[in-house]
Amino acid sequence: MTELWNALPLVIQILLKITAILLPLLGLVAYYTLAERKVIGYMQVRIGPNRVGWRGVLQPIADAVKLVMKEIIIPTKADKTLFLMAPMLAIAPAMAVWAVFPFDEGLVLADINAGLLYILALSSLGVYGIIIAGWASNSRYALLGAMRSAAQMVAYEIAMGFALVGVLVAAGSLNLGAIVAAQQGGLFSWFWLPLLPLFGVYLISGVAETNRAPFDVAEGESEIVAGFHVEYSGMGFAVFFLAEYANMILISALTALLFFGGWLSPLPQVWVDGVFLLDDGFHWLLLKTLFFMYLLLWLRATFPRYRYDQIMRLGWKVFIPITIVWILVVALAVVYKLPPWWSV
Amino acid sequence: MLDNYLPILIFILVGILVGVGPLALGYLLGPRRPDQDKNAPYECGFEAFETARLKFDVRYYLVAILFILFDLEIAFLFPWAVVLDELGVFAFWAMVVFLGILVVGFFYEWKKGALEWE
Repeated sequence: MTELWNALPLVIQILLKITAILLPLLGLVAYYTLAERKVIGYMQVRIGPNRVGWRGVLQPIADAVKLVMKEIIIPTKADKTLFLMAPMLAIAPAMAVWAVFPFDEGLVLADINAGLLYILALSSLGVYGIIIAGWASNSRYALLGAMRSAAQMVAYEIAMGFALVGVLVAAGSLNLGAIVAAQQGGLFSWFWLPLLPLFGVYLISGVAETNRAPFDVAEGESEIVAGFHVEYSGMGFAVFFLAEYANMILISALTALLFFGGWLSPLPQVWVDGVFLLDDGFHWLLLKTLFFMYLLLWLRATFPRYRYDQIMRLGWKVFIPITIVWILVVALAVVYKLPPWWSV
Repeated sequence: MLDNYLPILIFILVGILVGVGPLALGYLLGPRRPDQDKNAPYECGFEAFETARLKFDVRYYLVAILFILFDLEIAFLFPWAVVLDELGVFAFWAMVVFLGILVVGFFYEWKKGALEWE
């Protein structure tokens, strides 16, 4: 088996690995959409989709088939090239980000030192897809949605960037594997506790970055219909949809990785060394990621939409001051080796 | 070292394919029956008044400019954060001064009302 693997050309090996990452990811995206409808359904004392297959488990497949059979409408006054390019610009970064994401110790496609920088760079590219879609559609609703979404995303990107600087100070490395390794030692050594304010800022900024409720003014169906993707139909819409859900999964997975110890077990290593399932492993990362994915759905079912000026105020006037102060606090603790976390 | 970046390049290409694939499939499988009303921009059933290239609020520019400033700060902070443990106390106080200047500017914007959104 190993010989057969080594005999393959390098590019084929890489392509197989990429498939092994993307297929489960796309499956997760498909069933995340079903989970969203089910979870929100039950939270509102409804049943949710239950017609296609047993309890609606085939619903995502039915949706995909329906969307693929729909006409792709290109509005007459739209800029055709940009209009068709926008969905690709939205999804390509949402997929490519996973290249540097470690799933377990050493289990990563590209183990680069600048991992976090790469993720930050690619997730910023996502905003281009939205702006170009809004502008190229030549529709008022689309343009308004794109402007709102762009301003909101850049505002929260700053807060998110500052929160990541805090993680870097605490971990001392840009490599995602090393950041997890720095959280060794059980539940209370994970960064969520020493970096609690930054964790809150990161998670909330993540929700705002993905334009999810309660920060979904970019789509605001009751005000501007669907925002930037109002003119997209069929697969054009589906690709935007995929990108949004892939980004939600990414935010959940990154929160688990950066603040909740990734694949580390919540119990101290000395207790669980070698114990089945309690030991460190991918299952912990998956469990934590699924929890945060559920949290995003829960938020949508719970909170009413923020007003736009409230969103901007929260981003600029609350999050940025909090993060600047906490970066200095963490840096102080690291430099002066303060207990309980940094006393060598 | 650069070997590690080859998978990333391939991954980006595959990512673009994930976008192109469904669109091409939809183009092949879906019907194509354009008509004038269907291809008009959506405006709640009304005919579009005029061009959609609206004037928009100057605040959006202001936010964009502020974003560039703060994003640069973050770009400066990244390398500092990674090696802080090795550089020690001097690097910490140097950054306190730097962030101090940043905070003065931030307060100026705040008081000028650049962060207000009516």
